[in-house]
Amino acid sequence: MRIGIDVGGTNTDAVLLDGSHVLATTKAATSEDVTSGIVRALDSLRAQYGFEPTAVTGVMIGTTHFLNALVEARHLAPTAALRLGLPATSSLPPLVDWPPRLTEAVSGRSYLAHGGHEFDGRKIAEIDEDELRGHAADMAAHGIRSVAISSVFSPVSDEFESRAAEIIGAELGPDVALSLSHEIGRIGLLERENATVINAALRELAAGIVDGLAGAVAGYGICAPLYLSQNDGTLMDLEYARRHPVATFASGPTNSMRGAAVLSGVDTCAVVDVGGTTSDVGVLQQGFPREAGTAVDVAGIRTNFRMPDVLSFGVGGGSLVTGGAGEVSVGPRSVGYRLTEDALVFGGSTLTATDVAVAAGLADIGDRFAVAHLDGRLVKEALGAVAADVARVVDSMRTSSEPLPVVAVGGGSVLLPDVLPGCGAVHRPEHFAVANAIGAAIAQVGGEVDRVYAIDQGRRAAVLDEARQEAVDRAVAAGADPSGVRIVEFDEVPIPYLPGNATRVRCKAVGDLHHV
Amino acid sequence: MSWTLGPSELDDLARGAAILGTGGGGDPWIGRLLVAEAMREHGPVTVLDPEEVADDALVVPVANMGAPTVMIEKLPGADEPVAALRALERFLGREADATMPIECGGGNSMIPLIVAARTGLPVVDADGMGRAFPELQMETFHVYGLTASPLAMAGDHGETCVFDTGRDTVRLEDLARRVTVGLGGGAAIAEFAMSGSDLKRTAVPRTLSLALALGRAVREARAEHRDPVAALGEAVKGTIYGHLRVLFRGKVTDVERRTEGGFAQGRAAFTSMDGTSGLEVRFQNEHLAALVDGEVVCLVPDLVCVLEVDTGEPITTEALRYGQRVAVVGIAAPAIMRTPEALAVFGPQAFGLPFPFRPVERILPV
Repeated sequence: MRIGIDVGGTNTDAVLLDGSHVLATTKAATSEDVTSGIVRALDSLRAQYGFEPTAVTGVMIGTTHFLNALVEARHLAPTAALRLGLPATSSLPPLVDWPPRLTEAVSGRSYLAHGGHEFDGRKIAEIDEDELRGHAADMAAHGIRSVAISSVFSPVSDEFESRAAEIIGAELGPDVALSLSHEIGRIGLLERENATVINAALRELAAGIVDGLAGAVAGYGICAPLYLSQNDGTLMDLEYARRHPVATFASGPTNSMRGAAVLSGVDTCAVVDVGGTTSDVGVLQQGFPREAGTAVDVAGIRTNFRMPDVLSFGVGGGSLVTGGAGEVSVGPRSVGYRLTEDALVFGGSTLTATDVAVAAGLADIGDRFAVAHLDGRLVKEALGAVAADVARVVDSMRTSSEPLPVVAVGGGSVLLPDVLPGCGAVHRPEHFAVANAIGAAIAQVGGEVDRVYAIDQGRRAAVLDEARQEAVDRAVAAGADPSGVRIVEFDEVPIPYLPGNATRVRCKAVGDLHHV
Repeated sequence: MSWTLGPSELDDLARGAAILGTGGGGDPWIGRLLVAEAMREHGPVTVLDPEEVADDALVVPVANMGAPTVMIEKLPGADEPVAALRALERFLGREADATMPIECGGGNSMIPLIVAARTGLPVVDADGMGRAFPELQMETFHVYGLTASPLAMAGDHGETCVFDTGRDTVRLEDLARRVTVGLGGGAAIAEFAMSGSDLKRTAVPRTLSLALALGRAVREARAEHRDPVAALGEAVKGTIYGHLRVLFRGKVTDVERRTEGGFAQGRAAFTSMDGTSGLEVRFQNEHLAALVDGEVVCLVPDLVCVLEVDTGEPITTEALRYGQRVAVVGIAAPAIMRTPEALAVFGPQAFGLPFPFRPVERILPV
């Protein structure tokens, strides 16, 4: 048995699974301290299905906690950004494009030092240990508790980041947290460095949250390993989560998409996740979310995180229904979190999409007599408008003329009809409201490589095999069962103007967790 | 008239330059940051209309040369292009009166602005490509008889060198590229030093202001919930480019890349939303040709631009990904880029394409 928990900003969802069979589900308000909400969720699961805590073999948690901490600029540690690249790159020092509010919130200090590599592995400059010790002394004098270290072309060679970490660590002592950019991101120095600084700033918070989660689960008598889910739908163990909190940032949409896949049994589909205010549409390919291609802004900071390609639009259970029959529109304005006060079925005076769904008999929420008076034509048109919006977005996500199956999840998905115009039947799996917690519970572990290779004549196949093997090795190192690891993504981009067929290769491998 | 370019206009300029980059020329985002830093320290930049430049003035264009993928990792510096300019001035024994882009598309549109901010020189509102191209000789400057030599180059360790190959700009391109690789895959260059009268005769005029207008049109359309692609069409009207045609709306369904002769060659396939029609774009760093259902609809030097369909943001060839939703537009190149001499240097045949050039507005009349 495994337990999946999704700690959202509003709700904490949890499920108890046996394989992919759902034994119990719960949805409750998220608590201020996170952990007591989790204990309540575990209580509720146990009330439905009396499991022995020792029978649980794994607990998987998805959380938006760290992302919210950054967005709200709270609980961030005093952080230094150290870059190895001099004499190159000095014109754009670390933190150069950060919103001042966040630079201030992390007490951000930026340092440049000699080092870095060229694209082909030559050194830009040798590392200067005295220079680094000088920087470390300045960091100490300014109360820095967490350091982000980046080096030019560290995805090609991590030598300098590792050496600098030893030197800075020796100077600042065992309590300082060190984040190395080659472990965090891809090629693209500023974006990778930004992600590393965000990670560094979250390290203290991560230590506290992770200890809290572990304590809550252990206190419940569960001795199974605990994992957090990452942006790409794979899992990390607690030690990794302590060091890489930034990797949890986009796990929300990923979890609900992966949950939709396992609930519906469809692994290539469009997933429509209908929430209270907005709906998210993403595409699953072989069970994994298609990733966005462009740079991603997080709280005004440009990063190159692995994020799913998701389109959000303003239709959800709380959307306002306006206009009379013949000119009905739904959303994008919404009653938001006041749904349970403002909607007609809850005794309020605002006509919402939820009221329309209840009037049409699609859902049994609140007082259905409160919407008995609604004009049947208006109800039909409102639901038709929602269906047309969703169909339009799903259609724009398709990449071939083949029809893409649609799986609907989320509490608001009752709004959708059984058949979407132009898209065919809508799969609405059982337990659709807690798909995100299920996605967390079934997550796998992965490993990724992103590096520039010089591909000599006739060596292409060997080099690409090497990249694939390294991705597999990284997945196994992260806890994957070696027998089932497979490559789920492969991207090869030749770099113009350089000799030796320099080629950037990105490769991702995933597999099921060992021992779960 | 001369005008002042300040930090608040850089986002629009960078977006417009990326559109004119036709998929290549590098992402101007880093260049934009460098200009912003230079302006923060030294103030805004004066932009001169080409007609304002004295006939006997010395204008020195500057740029970066190298691989865009290297420049997103080993960030280009702000000292190097100034060092290249100074090295060329020393070689010529004369100081420049103004600087200028050699390429208004992509990241190279930003380099002269860094130099202008740091040296106080004005920058001329013109360039030698009217878009982005992969090689140094693919310049209207070269087409109309100017030589790129002497060329000064500066690396990130403060090293400089000057090449003089006389009138042989193709050999210069070859040598300079080898040194660029030795310098780590990226370097700053100053070349095509020219007089004001040569500038007026050979440059594509007002391309900085065009980039600014295109970037602004997309931003404003988005803010007002209008179609950004239609707004671009409006912005092109009345300029020497004149015509914009929407070639296709659809999704990326295949991207094929290979390296040949040091260049990223390839093709991208797009499929319409209803799946009934297909577009193929061929590229060598930049997009060169667009074919709808096998028929040529837009050819180099006319501009083929791939934009995110909802936002109007340009997408580079390196960033093209399966599944992206795009609008592909063709923009007519100005007359100075379509003469027989110009087509011999950067027309379809110069890139090995088997199609004779035809203006996009004649292939697709309104």
